[in-house]
Amino acid sequence: MNVIIKAENVDHWYGEDDNRTRALKDISLEIDEGSFVAVLGHNGSGKSTLAKHFNAILTPELGKIYVAGMDTSDKDLVIDIRRTVGMVFQNPDNQIVASVVEDDVAFGPENIGMEQSQIRPRVDAALMSVGMYEMREHAPHMLSGGQKQRVAIAGVIAMRPRCIVLDEPTAMLDPSGRREVINTIHRLNRDYGITIILITHHMNETVGADRLIVMSDGEIIADGSPKSVFTRVDMLRRAGLSVPDTTQLIYLLRQEGFDLPLDALTVDECAAAIYKKFA
Amino acid sequence: MFKDITMGQYFPGNTLIHRLDPRTKLVLTLLYIIVLFLAKGIWSYAVMLAFLSVCVILSRIKLSVLLSGAKPIVFIIIITGILNLFYTKGEHLLFRVWRISVYLEGLQTAGFLILRILLLICCTLLLTYTTSPLQLTDAMEALLNPLKKLRFPVHELSMMMSIALRFIPTLIKETDKIMSAQKARGADFETGSLRQRAKALLPLLIPLFVGAFRRADELATAMESRCYHGGEGRTKMKQLRMAAADWAALVSGAALTVAVVLLRRAG
Repeated sequence: MNVIIKAENVDHWYGEDDNRTRALKDISLEIDEGSFVAVLGHNGSGKSTLAKHFNAILTPELGKIYVAGMDTSDKDLVIDIRRTVGMVFQNPDNQIVASVVEDDVAFGPENIGMEQSQIRPRVDAALMSVGMYEMREHAPHMLSGGQKQRVAIAGVIAMRPRCIVLDEPTAMLDPSGRREVINTIHRLNRDYGITIILITHHMNETVGADRLIVMSDGEIIADGSPKSVFTRVDMLRRAGLSVPDTTQLIYLLRQEGFDLPLDALTVDECAAAIYKKFA
Repeated sequence: MFKDITMGQYFPGNTLIHRLDPRTKLVLTLLYIIVLFLAKGIWSYAVMLAFLSVCVILSRIKLSVLLSGAKPIVFIIIITGILNLFYTKGEHLLFRVWRISVYLEGLQTAGFLILRILLLICCTLLLTYTTSPLQLTDAMEALLNPLKKLRFPVHELSMMMSIALRFIPTLIKETDKIMSAQKARGADFETGSLRQRAKALLPLLIPLFVGAFRRADELATAMESRCYHGGEGRTKMKQLRMAAADWAALVSGAALTVAVVLLRRAG
């Protein structure tokens, strides 16, 4: 499979001379094109810092990041890199530029100097892919949090990126908004083959991912399928993370002496496992 | 407290006036204001009034709405009217009360002046009532475009304006939130002397400003990651386009100018 993002021994520091903190410690990873990767970590684990390296908002102090083969420290490639990797941020209010939904979605294509006749179809298609086409003439401040975040995603989609990095896109949303956004990005991954990198600290959002990377203190402490990562309950606890509710339930049952599989992640799997045990 | 701030007081609609290119409307409004100061004599004012009346009727904006927009300056209108009425000396004395004499000329000057101010207000209100702030920003950018050659930051200016417009509702919401939070902790914004009330606003303004700076920072990052790199090489989805109606409107504006100038000579 094609590798879309490749990090080689990346180090990053924050702060000035004396009180510098090392936010990323020798990170190396490869992300396959078309995959759905969740990056999990508590506050200050370096996950957002890593995300900002993926589209050249930050550049590594040591090491290299390659996006589709392009070196992110090369200033001339910045626009191409940002066209390839789009980014959605935490607060939907602070990333919407225009006062009309469709104008905001057009912002990216306008920036890259796309021809006028091509912008409109792209904007419409992007809005349809996130289910916001009917609201295209609304003012963003009249929308709900989940809708605003979907507009922000449409703004990225309109650039036709190969990869979207979402930095805690659901942190400021209510449960229904959270579901809207998570369903939307899963659909984009499935239907359009767009690589998704979802940064989050909600365990439950990582369940549908192909791959789960756990970060703590600037380091990758676990990397694998969600099932294999979540079976290591003790390791996650040490990293200050909880596990999905289903895993928690089975973990507690196991401690009571019931032999249940820890990799039953979805609610259905969990229910089936428990049913089989006690039926 | 902030409920009565209407955004640019735009009344959406789909009339001929609403559909005109914002550049046309902006140019026409400026032209109208200039011609208004050239007007002299009853006939030229009649022409000016008729022109604006037709525009107002076409826009389907209610006269009461338009006049209520002129309310804040009623005081100024009355004062200028009275001053002109009493201080203009002429030949035809109408009446004299104590040491104040009113001449026919005074009545005329006062009447024309009030009409001039009213027309001035109404034509600018008509512009903002029928044009969204966003369209106005676009029109301004387009009209100032030639200044780019003089290194005047036209694009930056209009980007700043449209972002400011975009964030007004967001910041108003935030202000309300902070006010509620401070009120819940016993802050009092409504009573006390002016000085005390101004002081009470401080715990409101500081978090608001800190929040605005944080927003600005995040917005800049978001804009950059959407490939924003200034106005160079930027295209626009919604291009302003001059239709037949726009040219007709501009021609009628020119006709108005000629008519008023001629009437001024004749009168």
